[in-house]
Amino acid sequence: MKFTLKVWRQNNAQDAGRFETYSLSDVENDMSFLEMMDVLNQQLIKEKKDPVAFDHDCREGICGMCSMVINGHPHGHVKATTTCQLHMRSFKDGDTIVIEPWRAKAFPVIKDLAVDRSAFDNIIQAGGYVSVNTGSAPDANAVPVPQDLAEKAMDAAECIGCGACVAACKNSSAMLFLSAKVSHLALLPQGKPEHKKRVISMVKAHDEAGFGSCTNTGACEAYCPKGISITNIARLNREYLTAALASEEAV
Amino acid sequence: MTSIHQPQKMKLDAKIPAGPLEEKWSNYRSKGKLVSPANKRRLDVIVVGSGLAGAAAAATLGELGYNVKCFCFQDSPRRAHSIAAQGGINAAKNYQNDGDSIYRLFYDTIKGGDYRSREANVYRLAEASVQIIDQCVAQGVPFAREYGGLLANRSFGGVQVSRTFYARGQTGQQLLLGAYSALSRQIAAGSVKMYNRHEMLDVVVIDSKARGIIARNLVTGELERHGAHAVLLCTGGYGNVFFLSTNAMGSNVTAAWKAHRKGALFANPCFTQIHPTCIPVTSGYQSKLTLMSESLRNDGRVWVPKKKEDRLKPPHLIPEEDRDYYLERMYPAFGNLVPRDIASRAAKVVCDEGRGVVKSGYAVYLDFSDAIKRLGKATIAARYGNLFEMYQRITDDNPYETPMKIFPAVHYTMGGLWVDYDLMTNIPGLYALGEANFSDHGANRLGASALMQGLADGYFVIPVTIAQYLADEIRTPRIDTNHPAFKQAEDQVKGDLNKLLSIKGNKSVDDYHMALGKIMWDKCGMARNAQGLKQARKEIQALRKEFWENVYVPGTANEFNPELEKAGRLADYFELGELMVIDALTREESCGGHFREEYTEDGEAKRDDANFLFVSAWEFTGTGNDPVLHKEELVYENVKPSTRSYK
Repeated sequence: MKFTLKVWRQNNAQDAGRFETYSLSDVENDMSFLEMMDVLNQQLIKEKKDPVAFDHDCREGICGMCSMVINGHPHGHVKATTTCQLHMRSFKDGDTIVIEPWRAKAFPVIKDLAVDRSAFDNIIQAGGYVSVNTGSAPDANAVPVPQDLAEKAMDAAECIGCGACVAACKNSSAMLFLSAKVSHLALLPQGKPEHKKRVISMVKAHDEAGFGSCTNTGACEAYCPKGISITNIARLNREYLTAALASEEAV
Repeated sequence: MTSIHQPQKMKLDAKIPAGPLEEKWSNYRSKGKLVSPANKRRLDVIVVGSGLAGAAAAATLGELGYNVKCFCFQDSPRRAHSIAAQGGINAAKNYQNDGDSIYRLFYDTIKGGDYRSREANVYRLAEASVQIIDQCVAQGVPFAREYGGLLANRSFGGVQVSRTFYARGQTGQQLLLGAYSALSRQIAAGSVKMYNRHEMLDVVVIDSKARGIIARNLVTGELERHGAHAVLLCTGGYGNVFFLSTNAMGSNVTAAWKAHRKGALFANPCFTQIHPTCIPVTSGYQSKLTLMSESLRNDGRVWVPKKKEDRLKPPHLIPEEDRDYYLERMYPAFGNLVPRDIASRAAKVVCDEGRGVVKSGYAVYLDFSDAIKRLGKATIAARYGNLFEMYQRITDDNPYETPMKIFPAVHYTMGGLWVDYDLMTNIPGLYALGEANFSDHGANRLGASALMQGLADGYFVIPVTIAQYLADEIRTPRIDTNHPAFKQAEDQVKGDLNKLLSIKGNKSVDDYHMALGKIMWDKCGMARNAQGLKQARKEIQALRKEFWENVYVPGTANEFNPELEKAGRLADYFELGELMVIDALTREESCGGHFREEYTEDGEAKRDDANFLFVSAWEFTGTGNDPVLHKEELVYENVKPSTRSYK
């Protein structure tokens, strides 16, 4: 297969950035998108040019490191897929492919296609945990958890923190990411004691990081590689409202 | 890169506590030294790596009041490669009432490791397993549950009880996110300072004690000095020495290797685990291999055609009587659930006979049709849906309709830095946890035991054992990073980076990595022999020489430069690869993942306890020089080593 690639090149956060065009031949059907990028980089290195920087690690769709907007679609046009699990067989021979980084104020570009997602860590640090010190836990079967609740919590907990929801959202909102963690913990009895404090603190961190508001377009769900549902955002809103009403502090 | 060490005169002391096996750890905890809360605040601990071991250790030490700095090369601690573990975590809870116990988990692990691990460490691991599940559930890890709301279990290779806890096919992810949440809580509390996108490039040793590290900020390229009273390496395994493996692209040996160069012994480097159920290699451009969880062997049946001429026939056209369910035939007691090393080797044997089912000849079938007939598609989908989906995404084949094609791939490394019972290397103050050490899995790791070990080391072992060392460090002031040892280490790192950049040759880092990987896989992979290993050492040395003369690394050291990161890691793999080959050559027996073709009996591995009942701990003496072997004799007081039989 042959492709024309238009790749976003940007030296650092200060640089304005630009598209560069490359042609690539000898791409195989079974290659993943990142393996295709490896071939491009090998070609650039052989030409003594600067290879394209991009984030990637596990290459099996679970670490959440890879992050490319491909022809306008975060992680590409195939549903419920990470960039590393997108394969060249889903493109047509001769296609032009446009490749960009996640674009959001809260995710500044480090170089080319690699962005800084520390804002996600900040949201989790604001309350995405159960306050339980090592060694203080009761027996694991002491508190039964209804199976459907455990399954629902798992559905939310599957979030890989890649940031595609933010890249897909016209407001650069991280509500899907945030709501997945809030839901996961609010659904389980272990997360209950802190659920009010958690949601208020995490929403605050979300807003402070520069993510936008949610206007319910559903783009995040459509592009989430793990199929996290926006019903989590509805749950987040309920959690937030009840917590805010119960709170004695100004929210 | 010259020789920096004179061989040390040392007697390896594992410092195993006295007393009966069941009382060693509880006695140790009851009688060990403690550090008072006021003193903990004054003690700095560096944790390198944020996987299960690293995140658990950093969080727990932070909770206890130590001053912790944690480093990871990824953009967030949540991305460490523990996240990719699929199948589950073992624990001796005996919730199934099927006869499990701490002793049985200990025994299975010792036997599974082919009697090359330490009894006391493994027993402690089995004891900690129980607490791990409690801790994870309390953190909100959404383990699979039965309708009654209690925890579910599944069985895994090499054992006959159900003791594996799981969260769909993403157990590693959920456990890591649990540890990450505990770590995040401590970061917010100010007890842990996190350094994302930082890579440790040297350990600093002052007066023979580990006192800090040199780290490179991967975004700016800046070298940083960090001092501490103790340094914990939780940096995972070195499977990527083979280029193709199931490890993440960034997984590397660099931190452990730099410690080795500074005098830390490297134990059993040749013990690598080749996992039997991975998606076969399809092209020369392939960058990594993908594991299909071992749990699939609970319901999948492994087979190849009986006749060579059938090997490329569509599987549904091969009648039952022409199929060879070779694991069930060879190992009737365990069948498809034999341990990993045995399943992998059997796949190699049938493929070497010319019965492999893809064009390259290197794949076997993993067939779910019987299970779907027996249990229904819905049950199979509930158990393995996400794995089936992942398989289909990668291969474009539907495993509900046609058998999966699988082949063994490098997955885990049992070898690692030598540590004593305290998890301390032979350099005082330098510790190794999780896959980075060698101590618990012997020559072969059982499925669902890596997660258990990472979390046991991080949550429950190190917080106790580190106090034994730090209790004597309370009078040591904050480490001054202006000490000449820091400058010397930093200069060495700077020199190495500049050297890599200055070569300006004609081949890329990947070109060399692939070539090294091929040598390792062909000659130090699933089967090894003396002739091949000797040849491999020469080839590695020649390739390493060429690398240092002809590699091309673009860019500079003062910027975000992933190629430079890869080049530095590969330079360390060259040295490690040579050590692995030497270790494999020296160990003239077959045990666990180490299979020497010269040492077999009826085609099965032949262990030699009379001559090799020891841990090989290697001392670095300079690149290309012969390393010095130190032996830790393994003493079995409770289990009598016997021939491992799964027939």
